[in-house]
Amino acid sequence: MSEERELTMGAAIREALHSEMERDSTVIVMGEDVVGGAGSKLPDAEDCWGGPFGITGGLAGKFGRNRIRDTPISEAGFIGAAIGAAATGLRPVAALMFVDFFGIPMDQIFNQGAKIRYMFGGKAKVPVVIRAAIGGGINAAAQHSQCLYSVFAHIPGLKVVVPSTPYDAKGLMTAAIRDDDLVFFLEHKRLMGSKGHVPEESYVVPLGEALVRREGDDVTVVAIAKMIDLALSAAEGLEAEGVNVEVIDPRSLSPLDGRTIVDSVEKTGRLVIVDEDTPRCNLATDIAALAADEAFYSLEAPIKRVTPPHTPVPFSPALENAYIPSEDRVVTAIREVMAA
Amino acid sequence: MEIPKEKLLEIYERMATIRQFEERVREEFAANRIPGFVHLYAGEEAVAVGVCAHLTDEDMITSTHRGHGHCIAKGVDVKSMMAELYGRATGACKGKGGSMHIADLDRGMLGANGIVGGGIPLACGAALSAQVLGKDNVAVSFFGDGGANEGSFHEGLNLAGVWQLPAIFVAENNGWAESTSSDYSVAGADIAGRARAYGMRGEVVDGLDLFDVYEKAGKAIAAARAGEGPTLLECKTYRFYGHHEGDKQGYRSQEEVQEYRKNHCVIKNFRARTTDENVLTDGELDEIEERVAESIESAVAYAADSPWPEPSDVTEDVYVNYKEVL
Repeated sequence: MSEERELTMGAAIREALHSEMERDSTVIVMGEDVVGGAGSKLPDAEDCWGGPFGITGGLAGKFGRNRIRDTPISEAGFIGAAIGAAATGLRPVAALMFVDFFGIPMDQIFNQGAKIRYMFGGKAKVPVVIRAAIGGGINAAAQHSQCLYSVFAHIPGLKVVVPSTPYDAKGLMTAAIRDDDLVFFLEHKRLMGSKGHVPEESYVVPLGEALVRREGDDVTVVAIAKMIDLALSAAEGLEAEGVNVEVIDPRSLSPLDGRTIVDSVEKTGRLVIVDEDTPRCNLATDIAALAADEAFYSLEAPIKRVTPPHTPVPFSPALENAYIPSEDRVVTAIREVMAA
Repeated sequence: MEIPKEKLLEIYERMATIRQFEERVREEFAANRIPGFVHLYAGEEAVAVGVCAHLTDEDMITSTHRGHGHCIAKGVDVKSMMAELYGRATGACKGKGGSMHIADLDRGMLGANGIVGGGIPLACGAALSAQVLGKDNVAVSFFGDGGANEGSFHEGLNLAGVWQLPAIFVAENNGWAESTSSDYSVAGADIAGRARAYGMRGEVVDGLDLFDVYEKAGKAIAAARAGEGPTLLECKTYRFYGHHEGDKQGYRSQEEVQEYRKNHCVIKNFRARTTDENVLTDGELDEIEERVAESIESAVAYAADSPWPEPSDVTEDVYVNYKEVL
């Protein structure tokens, strides 16, 4: 039964790519090693990678190398080409691999892709999806562990989605591919293996709609990507103390569903934001400002932000564990706002 | 001469339009009627026109900060261009782009570009669209000697080489990247030689000779259409004005500029050759000049009479749709 079917987040994303490529022949997939083994002399090298996380495996056999293309390690070249192709009739899904690599194609992303429509007076569209892995917790150190979504959310012309469940991952990927704007689809490395219910048929999770993952009356916790797990677990623990925590997953950071967040804060009067991105000018700051603007008179305690310190992501597990927000820190923050 | 007479007349009209447009933009800018800043293409007309003469509306080009010439060569309407420079609602980009961002996808013009080398990967993408969709269209990227030193040039050419894209890369080497000479900033003997590194054809073109540009671009474009992959053309050319209007040009002598205007003017030389060979007459070409002058005059009048955009338009056209609540 479809109701009971469980997939990992990675498999859910693959399923969305597969069904959208089937549905629309202008959808193409491109990136480094998205198939793997290009140019190898070994007979079985074809599809030996399927992307660094295996997400795009099997697509080449079905759709052919014309529509799923291994690129050279050349992010400015192929991200720019994806944008140019999108402006001229294709719907590319380009894999940036680790989001940390965005510095190389950044001009193509923020000066070209994000601005083409506006600069041209609305006479062009850029339906590109850029997939990238985000987040720490796998000891990958400073250049392979960042979140950085606040950088993209800052830029007009870009959209940013960050799923936290396999269900949302499939629905948001489907929506992102069908969307006519440039969408960053960010995949947390430590969520890719997490399992959850995913319907077999195609469906869309609309961009810009937050999800209340847990209802509660005492405090609102907004958490992004992997931080949702900490927030839900903290909420379970605090239940015993009689604290009812509402947990909101924004799912989409640009556009941001501020209404759902503000409505919740007006109900609970307390707000904690858990964000794995570094603290200055991040989403936690943005959401805190939104609540201060729109729900100030409902607040019964100062807004708390739980984030890493303002440092690069460290390598050693001893350091990285101290860096990434922990459930303890979330619990402490909730107790602090409850005590205020 | 193998170019049909009708084509020669069209080429002359396009070159004359660019020259007169740019001379007029210069006056309008000096009179403070054009906001921002402008980079003029006068002197380089043979490159844009000689290449674009082979293209259809379905072939895409990307351009540079010095993009007015490419727009005109590709058939963008001068009225909408002048209105855009004026910042008016009737402009090609509704006043949102200005001189450095004029685009018209219906004419295959994928945009002037404020970022040096920025259009090169985009042109690869347009060529990729043609390749994936099985069309025989091509994409041309114009950039300067400065652009040839950007990473985007090297990444774009490598990608085009790897995928054998139907792309033509046209380096317009006018000798100066802002105030820095290409002799100083371009390592190696020439830009065209870089083609070899990416497994594509490369050729030096006399960018001050329409016929040389037309012939070599024609071959490169035909090869790309036939599935024979990309070409890099380096067109040696010269700009008559500074990097931007207001550039005092302390890096080159006025004698040098005058020498180019006198002996290497692409329009004068085109006229001399076609009339000497009795293919075209001075009368025909004078008539074109008059017609162009009228079109520029009416473009200026159109721009000046056009309304400013409404302040509320500032938030339009960022996204196709954006559902932000609050």
